Amino acid sequence: MKPAALRIDDLSWAPARLAGITLRVAPGETVGLLGPNGSGKSSLLRCVYRRIRPDAGTVLLDGADIWRTSARQVARSVAAVTQDLPGDLDNTVEQVVALGRLPYLGTLGRLDRDDLRLVHEAMARCDVAGLARRRVATLSGGERQRVQVARALVQQPRLLVLDEPTNHLDLHHQVELFRLLAGLETTILVALHDLQLAASACDRLVVLHDGRLVADGIPQDVVTPELLTDVYRVDADVTAGPDGHPRVSLRIPPVRRSWSLR
Amino acid sequence: MTKAFAAGRLHRPAALGAAGGLALLLAGSMVAAVGLGPVAIPFGDVSRIIGHHYAPALVEAGPQGPQAVIVLDLRLPRVLLGAAVGAGLAVVGAVMQAVLRNPLADPYLLGASSGASFGAVCVLIAGFSPLGALSLPVAAFLGAIGAFALVLLLAGGRGRLAPTRLILAGVAVSAFTEAITHYLVLTSPDKEVRSAMFWTLGGLGGTQWRDIGVPILVVACGTAWFWAGAARLNGLVLGDEGATSLGLEVDRLRRRLVVGCALVVGAVVAVSGGIGFVALMVPHAVRMAIGGDNRRVLPVSALTGAVLLVWVDVAARMLQRPDEIPVGVITAIIGVPFFLALLRRTDRQEHA
Repeated sequence: MKPAALRIDDLSWAPARLAGITLRVAPGETVGLLGPNGSGKSSLLRCVYRRIRPDAGTVLLDGADIWRTSARQVARSVAAVTQDLPGDLDNTVEQVVALGRLPYLGTLGRLDRDDLRLVHEAMARCDVAGLARRRVATLSGGERQRVQVARALVQQPRLLVLDEPTNHLDLHHQVELFRLLAGLETTILVALHDLQLAASACDRLVVLHDGRLVADGIPQDVVTPELLTDVYRVDADVTAGPDGHPRVSLRIPPVRRSWSLR
Repeated sequence: MTKAFAAGRLHRPAALGAAGGLALLLAGSMVAAVGLGPVAIPFGDVSRIIGHHYAPALVEAGPQGPQAVIVLDLRLPRVLLGAAVGAGLAVVGAVMQAVLRNPLADPYLLGASSGASFGAVCVLIAGFSPLGALSLPVAAFLGAIGAFALVLLLAGGRGRLAPTRLILAGVAVSAFTEAITHYLVLTSPDKEVRSAMFWTLGGLGGTQWRDIGVPILVVACGTAWFWAGAARLNGLVLGDEGATSLGLEVDRLRRRLVVGCALVVGAVVAVSGGIGFVALMVPHAVRMAIGGDNRRVLPVSALTGAVLLVWVDVAARMLQRPDEIPVGVITAIIGVPFFLALLRRTDRQEHA
């Protein structure tokens, strides 16, 4: 299973104001996608996992246009951890994780011994094996998120796309998630809100602002006070931590009170 | 742990057992149902009459005369149709609930029965029957399909087919066709037009052999087709984004499945009218018993629906002899409490 190379060429999609996006992700690289709310991160990811077809431009996976490839074929290479797993599922955790084998199954959809082994391994790696028989509706947000990741792993992706996977995760499971991702032999494109986490977990960061890519580089070059001012509209100090990764401290301007609390 | 896991995953023997048991139950129920009615006929006689009719070399002759006529010409086609209608409705209900991701989805929500009544009323009022006795069922079928098509047309914006839009469009189309149908019936001087109200309540009375071939065939093919795609149906539970990332072309798949449902429901409604709640109740009960995997839910629902409707029809002709209660009335009486219990359950889950 070789990691895939992703290449996005001059992509535009009007509803999210994505315009002229060109991005290369090398095989095995972990790229973090940053940007404020509404900047088009989720839409760009949706273009990559073939949910929306761009108005212009192409998405190439190892040189092959994903819109000239069947959805099923793409799903054997690209897995996505999305934000919208419905919370009311009666299905068990095990059943949902097993759905990851769907792109590989024949008509009647029988899982063989190897499929079941993959399902079991993925659940163990994502720390949800103990929840196998629980209904998804009874899980917490963080547990549900880990179920999604396990399901994606079962797809044996060569490119893994994650849309804010740390949402709902406590600190321990955030760290565990990135440790897990670092151990995978796959290319990763992940949208994140936490700049500091992104800087320490990703090889490279790209920043989306109003539908355009405005920065692309190693974390130290991207996470700067200028970026925070221009894109996120906040004042912050950025210093290098003991590990060399940027540390962001926000400056919250004091509010002059015109009234007294007493 | 691995062992426990494997055992958990493969409760297939249980599901197989359930399916086998249900198939036997269905066969037994059908024989029993043929014997039950205003004229009771012992089961032994029923078996001999049917057996001798189809395999005269193997089975000795049973009683002749009126009993044989009742069994072969009146009750057998009716029971067969009841089983097919029950199976078809239950399978379509299971599919629609998965497709619309709404536990309360029901094919009649999308205008099937009101469309069928409308089609039948139009033919009765126009007073022409180019297809002879088949004109009415054909018109009802076309009405059901037409209503479905209208719903699809109204719901499908920009190539997408969102569940909520589909349900809202269905409610609107049903209300509209029902209003027109009622107006036509009330203003028509012809009393016979009222017989079209049969499609509103549903029933299996007066079923003849020539009525049952097409619906049985359509239900059998539809069920097989849905079952073959059950794994993909499972994928839809992840929501549109999740299902897409599993390689499903969500909008196309949803449209195809809804069209498949429309054909099955149209064929069923055309001969039995709008028998409500079977499509809603059966898949739910089945999911509660054996879990949410559609690869098992679909066949088990089909068998359960068949058994249920065979017995409901027995009740329909036994409870108020010599009259019949419309089957739809009985399923509604059983169905409404079930529906309320379901609402309470989902309510509690939401607040949990």
